[in-house]
Amino acid sequence: MNKLIVSPSPHDENYLKTSTIMLNVIIALLPALGVGFYMFGFRAVTLTAVCIASCMMFEYVSRKIMGRSNTISDLSAVVTGIILAMNLPVTLPYWMAVIGCFAAIVIVKQLFGGLGQNFANPAITARIVLMVSFPSAMTHWIKPTEYDYDAVSSATPLAVKAAGGDAPSYLDMFIGKTGGCIGETCALALLLGGLYLAARGIISLAAPVSFIGSLFLLSWAGGDDPVFSILAGGVFLGAFFMATDYATTPITFKGKIVFGLGCGIITFVIRHFGSYPEGVSFSILLMNVLTPYIEQLTRTKIFGAKEAEKNEG
Amino acid sequence: MKKLNGIRLKHRKNTENSQTIDFTLPAKVVIPMSMHMGVPCQPLVKVGDTVKVGQKIGDTDAPFSVPVHSGVSGKVTAVSDYRNAMGTVCKAVEIETDGEQAISDDVKPPVVTDKESFIKAVRESGSCGLGGAGFPTHIKLNPKTPIDTLVINAAECEPYITADYREMLECPDDIIGGINLIKKQLGIKNAKLAIEANKPEAIKNFTEMAKNDDTIDIITLPSSYPQGAEKVIIYNSTGRIVKEGELPSDEGVIVINVSTVAFIYRYMQTGMPLVTRRLTIDGNAVGEPKNVRAIIGTSFRELLDFCKTDIDSIKKLIGGGPMMGMSIPDMNMPVVKTSNALLAIKTYDERKTSNCIRCGRCVRVCPMGLMPAEIDKAYKIKNIAELKELKVMLCMNCGSCTYVCPANRKLAETNQLAKSLIPRK
Repeated sequence: MNKLIVSPSPHDENYLKTSTIMLNVIIALLPALGVGFYMFGFRAVTLTAVCIASCMMFEYVSRKIMGRSNTISDLSAVVTGIILAMNLPVTLPYWMAVIGCFAAIVIVKQLFGGLGQNFANPAITARIVLMVSFPSAMTHWIKPTEYDYDAVSSATPLAVKAAGGDAPSYLDMFIGKTGGCIGETCALALLLGGLYLAARGIISLAAPVSFIGSLFLLSWAGGDDPVFSILAGGVFLGAFFMATDYATTPITFKGKIVFGLGCGIITFVIRHFGSYPEGVSFSILLMNVLTPYIEQLTRTKIFGAKEAEKNEG
Repeated sequence: MKKLNGIRLKHRKNTENSQTIDFTLPAKVVIPMSMHMGVPCQPLVKVGDTVKVGQKIGDTDAPFSVPVHSGVSGKVTAVSDYRNAMGTVCKAVEIETDGEQAISDDVKPPVVTDKESFIKAVRESGSCGLGGAGFPTHIKLNPKTPIDTLVINAAECEPYITADYREMLECPDDIIGGINLIKKQLGIKNAKLAIEANKPEAIKNFTEMAKNDDTIDIITLPSSYPQGAEKVIIYNSTGRIVKEGELPSDEGVIVINVSTVAFIYRYMQTGMPLVTRRLTIDGNAVGEPKNVRAIIGTSFRELLDFCKTDIDSIKKLIGGGPMMGMSIPDMNMPVVKTSNALLAIKTYDERKTSNCIRCGRCVRVCPMGLMPAEIDKAYKIKNIAELKELKVMLCMNCGSCTYVCPANRKLAETNQLAKSLIPRK
């Protein structure tokens, strides 16, 4: 007769694993990634592969050096690699992308304790590190579907507009036929991915809706073209895939709303008043930093709880 | 009215259509002196004594305790130390049955004239909460504050278990009789029989039975776990909120399990104390899941054999439901008053626990609105002030947070450990 296993209740679970969640995020990223591959050609594929491989390698090596368990199988490094690649221009030299992966996985994630412990979004922070370190390589854009990587720099819709030019049509922006990072141009594909995650119960739409909604309303009130404003730059990529990151955004529903509002406001302020055309990365990073405070102020209402007694030591 | 959080579970009520079978008389029974919440009883018999069915074999003066009776006639062969599934040690009386099942002369309907004699009779019946908690019924029915509503807990929200459901289908008159009896004796105006939506037949039957009685409401509870938790069922059937540190009676409510109500009614008719109980035998190691009425003290092993269980394949044995039941360390342990189910599970693989990914699922499912992920963090650094702030004491250990955690963190367990850090006043 076997020895019976004795453990505290509950004795059942729903068998949802971290890796299943990550796999769903990967599935949700595929449409936008596919559009990116189509618009920007084969180099987009190889750049993405380089990012995924180096993220996994850095994850493995850094945990090995720190004497921690191997966490490759939770797929979070793969997700970071894909999202980071989607945040890069297709012409970026591979070695720069590897530096980005190092910043994302080693500095932002593993040095703070690994999955769930990092306070800032690894991909966003890596994008900012690269943008500050290699400004010209990070703003070298090519025309979609032409696959001419040596061509004189094209421009993103935001850059065009900032320079006083004519913005592309809403339709082109919606389907991703504009210059920009590999995975940020097609709002439609990103929206599909986001809705898929929401339907699977992986993410809440609270932050994306309040992010995109507040940016839309503020742009409108500020006299900008609100539709252009939400379709341009990394708004959809940021809203659905980075403002919903578990580790770096608030847990509670109220907190997620506040987080999204903050992102919308900061993006608007940077774009409207700053000289810098993009604003999504900085807005998300700034809100990441505020997340612990937001969380402190948006705790759940406890059923039947009484206020703490005043005279308690 | 705000909807409380909860989780959807697979109901797995495989035994809902299985008529209760009386389990044959075992050759011996082992009856622990502690089957209720509260102080264990002292044995009233010694080795060599003969006992009869319904005879009291254990009692104590402690107020928070109920007497223990024998369900068999036979000879006491041992009175020895016994460790129950909670780890508590008490005495247990072992009786070899003689097959006569002669009934004790003490078994006669109690004389009830007023509330005091009613409560006394309830105590003498050996009754404690049959839903699994084992709270002494005579304490529950004798609160210090006035009560206007009696809530009958027929949620049976845990997977597998159908013991209460079979009580409702097989003994509906005892239940209605018991409700009316308690209402009358305690002077309670209204009763609410609260049944989870996954038992439509019971809801239909009782709605029909109570249609001419406007003091009994049949409440359909949503099919979401944990409906049977006391604070949840009170809120969902009366709209009242039992606040932190309060008892249900402070809100004018008593909650009592449906099988307990039916038992009290039968006891008042026959005088036969609590010596048998219905339990569901199920789980994937069990060949023929059944509802069985067993004499208290019968060994689990015999019931498992009776239900064609592949004994060697069992990895885990659970007394009660999969969410809040207790691991049973030994198959030879006996059926006790609180055994509403016995689950034999052959597929149990402990998954590795990994980092919290802050997905927030535990927060979204907690019926009390607690934040288990935050409690987990505060527990790790033993931050008692923070644990108090997070109201960990309100956790009722329903297990929903652990159930949904993708990182397989034992959040419910951590909550219980965290409670022990908070000094009691």
